[in-house]
Amino acid sequence: MSVLLIAEHNNKEVRPFTYNAITAASQINEDLHVLVLGHQADDVAKSLSEVPSVKKVIHVDNEIYENYIAENYTSAIIKHAENYSHIVSSANTFGKNLMPRIAALLDTSQVSDIIKVISEDTFLRPIYAGNAFATVKSNDKKKCVTIRPTSFDPADKSGGSAEITKSDPAEASSSTKFLKKEEVKSDRPELGTARIVISGGRGMQNGENFKLISDIADKLNAAIGASRAAVDAGYITNDHQVGQTGKVVVPDLYIAVGISGAIQHLAGMKESKVIVAINKDGEAPIFSVADYGLEADLFEALPQFLSELNKLNTIQK
Amino acid sequence: MKILVAVKRVIDYNVQIRVKEDGSGVVTDNVKMSTNPPDDNAIEEAVKIKEAGKAKEIVAITIGEEKAQETVRKALAVGADRGIHVKVDNVIEPLAVSKILKKIVEKENPDLVFMGKQAIDDDCNQTGQMLAALLNWPQATFASKIEVKDNALEVTREIDEGLETIEVNVPAIVTCDLRLNEPRYASLPNIMKAKKKPIEQINASDLGVDINPRIEQIKVEEPPKRKAGIKVASVEELVQKLKNEAKVI
Repeated sequence: MSVLLIAEHNNKEVRPFTYNAITAASQINEDLHVLVLGHQADDVAKSLSEVPSVKKVIHVDNEIYENYIAENYTSAIIKHAENYSHIVSSANTFGKNLMPRIAALLDTSQVSDIIKVISEDTFLRPIYAGNAFATVKSNDKKKCVTIRPTSFDPADKSGGSAEITKSDPAEASSSTKFLKKEEVKSDRPELGTARIVISGGRGMQNGENFKLISDIADKLNAAIGASRAAVDAGYITNDHQVGQTGKVVVPDLYIAVGISGAIQHLAGMKESKVIVAINKDGEAPIFSVADYGLEADLFEALPQFLSELNKLNTIQK
Repeated sequence: MKILVAVKRVIDYNVQIRVKEDGSGVVTDNVKMSTNPPDDNAIEEAVKIKEAGKAKEIVAITIGEEKAQETVRKALAVGADRGIHVKVDNVIEPLAVSKILKKIVEKENPDLVFMGKQAIDDDCNQTGQMLAALLNWPQATFASKIEVKDNALEVTREIDEGLETIEVNVPAIVTCDLRLNEPRYASLPNIMKAKKKPIEQINASDLGVDINPRIEQIKVEEPPKRKAGIKVASVEELVQKLKNEAKVI
C-alpha cells in the first residue's frame, strides 16, 4: 500500500517542512503520493511533482481550501484515505491541528511527532519533553503519523516529474469560519530552519533589551528565539518560543542568553549541533547541555560578543 | 452555557524524568504529580467565562486511576461546580480518551468542551481534535484568546507563522495554550468548600467503548547524552572557539 502525505503550503509556495516530511514518508514506503488541498495552488502542485521521491500529486482546487480549516481538510482527506496504508504530515501546528481529526474518523490511534522510521509500523518518538525516547509499534490497519520535521533532512526539490491528477473537493464545514491571519513578517531566517538561532530568556529583563540579541542576529544572519519565561513576560511574541510547547529547533549553532534551562526549554533545543550558554548563574541547568558556557553578565557579554564578531574578517552565512 | 473541562494528572513539570532500567517506561513511584499545565489554563478560562455571566455551570472531568481525582478536586477549588471521575486502571491512548469523553458529552450536553492543547507526559496533542471529530463539532486548537459571542466563539490560535483568528459555532471544542490566561491559585476557604462539591464516579468499563491499546510500547530508553562541554573564560575565547574549533561562524 502507499503513503499519502498532506502538503502544507500558502497556495503559492510549499512550506519548507513539507520537504522534511516527504523524506520521512518515503522512508515508510517508496510509493509516496502527495495531496495538495488549496485554492489556485497550481504552482504548489507543480513544485511537488518535481520532487524526485514523490510518485504522484493529487491536486484539489477549491476556494474552501484557501485558508487552512481542519474540518474542510479532513473531509477531503478521508475521501482519499481508503487507497493508503499511511496518512502522514509534519508535526508542526499545521499537522498537529489536522491529523488527530483524520485519525479519529479512521478509528486509528495516531503516532505523533516521530523522529525515526524503524519500519512500516514501528517508530521512535520523544516523550516527556524529550527526556525519554519511546519505540512504538502501531497495530492499526491504517496508520496516521506526524513527523518532527527537524529530525529529517529536506528532500531534493528538483529532477522528478510525477503525474498530477485533479480531484473533486469534499463538503465544507458551515460551523468554522476563517477570520484573519496575522503573520509576523521578518527578513530574518525562519526559526524552524535557521542555521543559527540566538535566544533570550527572563534574564533579558524587558523587551527593549532584545535589541542586544537582534544586533547579533543581524550580524550572524540568525533567527531569534526565546524561552517561555520571556514570552510569558511579554518581552517577545510567542512565534519565537522554543520548547516543549513551542518550536523545536536543531540549528548548527544555538546561543542561549539569560536562559536558565528549564526542562521544557531544553526539549526544544538540546539536539542543536553546538550550544552556547551565556548566563551569570554558574549553576544554571543550561550549562549541562552547553558545549561552550560563559558565566557572565549578559549586558556586558552581548556588546562584547558583537564587537568580537565585528573584528572577524569573515562570517559564515 | 455549560462548559465541560477535561483535566489530566501528569508528572509535575519540574520533575526530572527517570527512565526505568527495564525499558518499560518512566519512574512514577514517589514522584510529584500535578495537573497538566495547559489544563489549568482551560479551567481558568471556563471560570472567567462563568464570572463574566456567560456560563452557568462548569463540570470538570478526569480519566484515570483513583488518585486522578486530585486534579478534579483542584479544578473544583478554583471554580468548577462539580466533577466527574472516569476510572481506568491502565494508561489509555488519546483515541480511547476521546471515545470516553464523547460518551460523557452525550450524557452531559455541554455547549463547550475545553482542555489543554497537549499533555506534557505523552506529548501527543490529539485528544481535543479527536473528540471534535467524533462529535462532528468544530475545533479551535492552541487558543490564546477566546471571545464569547452569541452561539459562537471567536478564537485566536497560536500557529507557527503567528496568530490566526477563527470563528466556531457552539457547540465546539477548544484546546488551550499556555498564554490564554494566568491560572489562579485556590484559596484555603475554596479548597475547603471544594471538598463538599460532588464528584461522580464512573467505571470506564460501564461506558461500552473500546479502550484497548492500538499502539504497543516496545521500549522506553534514555535519549543519547550530550558530551560534557567546557566553560570559557571570556567572550573573546568564546568567539575564537566558535570560529576555529566548532567552525560554526
